[in-house]
Amino acid sequence: MRVTLTVNGARREADGVWEGESLLYVLRERLALPGAKNACEQGECGSCSVYLDGTLVCACLVLAGQAEGRDVVTVEGLRSDGEALSPVQEAFLEAGAVQCGFCTPGLVVAVDDLLRRIPTPSDAQIREALAGNLCRCTGYEKILDAVRLASTRGPGALPAEPEAGL
Amino acid sequence: MQFIRPTTWSEALQAKADHPEAWPVAGGTDVLVELNFDRRRPEAVLDLSSVGELRPWTREDDHVRLGAGTTYTDVLRDLPDLLPGLTVASRGVGSPQIRNRGTVAGNLGSASPAGDAHPPLLASGAEVEVASVRGPRRIAIDDFYLGVKRNALEPDELIAAIRVPVAPGPQQYAKIGTRNAMVIAVCSFAVALDPVRRRVGTGIGSAAPTPRRAVEAEGFLTERLDGRGLWEGTGPLDEETLTRFGALVAAAAQPIDDVRGTAAYRRHALSVLARRTLTWCWDDLRARREAA
Repeated sequence: MRVTLTVNGARREADGVWEGESLLYVLRERLALPGAKNACEQGECGSCSVYLDGTLVCACLVLAGQAEGRDVVTVEGLRSDGEALSPVQEAFLEAGAVQCGFCTPGLVVAVDDLLRRIPTPSDAQIREALAGNLCRCTGYEKILDAVRLASTRGPGALPAEPEAGL
Repeated sequence: MQFIRPTTWSEALQAKADHPEAWPVAGGTDVLVELNFDRRRPEAVLDLSSVGELRPWTREDDHVRLGAGTTYTDVLRDLPDLLPGLTVASRGVGSPQIRNRGTVAGNLGSASPAGDAHPPLLASGAEVEVASVRGPRRIAIDDFYLGVKRNALEPDELIAAIRVPVAPGPQQYAKIGTRNAMVIAVCSFAVALDPVRRRVGTGIGSAAPTPRRAVEAEGFLTERLDGRGLWEGTGPLDEETLTRFGALVAAAAQPIDDVRGTAAYRRHALSVLARRTLTWCWDDLRARREAA
């Protein structure tokens, strides 16, 4: 079947989509957006986190057909036009919160979502918000540092709406 | 595989009548795991996420009607005062990503004994509103669970909503797991106190083939509270009452040994959870009395 959706501000079409296929597969294998990572395929690890109509979801748990006509923003779409990185990505780099990097895209999207909801979260709120994102390098302390750093830059640092990146 | 995407409730019911073998999918947090791991492959999936009628929850007199599309995040955001037991249980479901997609009705559709929504729905005496092209009907929550991952839905039926009484008193829920997030319950327990009608509700999760009430524990506690005039008082519950309640809850379970825990551990943990959650509720009730 054909699936038509908006990804990072641009209308995209995918043909030959299997009816049981996930949104994650469509993004990575059909639309050349490898930012969202494929790991557990059961919602345990959070490495495929994306926005679906502005809501944080695991792309591996969304049927491709459910994304028909919807608005998807991936990690590739978080930065503003003219910026190299989003404020959350900058904070991850500065805090040294990236080790192997596999969990990073999912965490960046989850942190972006957290800071839009709660601009200056407590440590408990950060831990709760990121409970569904696993880092197998166990670099959680630096990740927490990155969230605190991003939150000091204020809600104004985030683009009003996630915009097209690629 | 066929992908069916109705946009109205009547289309959805017609589709289920035409394709009774189709898997309903809303948040997808259970269905996609089955598909991704190729455990089972249905002939058709029936996507309910575009059926607008399923989305909102509404208050109807002394009930909240949770449309089948109501997510755990919706419950957490909107219903902590009206449905405190379900709210506590919703907070422990998965992660934000899962709570944003997973629906309470989906928990009922899957009917896993470990589902977090079941114990508070049992404790509150909820009703499941189901429908087909033949018409609607209501199923008491006690009659809904038939076996491991089996429920009382007919092949042509879909869950329309869940009707949950507005909490008349304190409600609590607790579960055992290896982390504070992202765990399938080793066992879980919910309790609800109704000081108006002087009733006690319970729900046990993940410790029997189906979620179930601890009926004897409810009867014992109701009688004890009535008999000793405790509903009116502001005193604490005595140790013997708490211990007996816990023992009756544990006795109502029918747990097995599996990868998450042993039957003996589950029984012990349930008696602890029962005492603990009842103490929380009772202390809450005492505080409300003293404030009044």
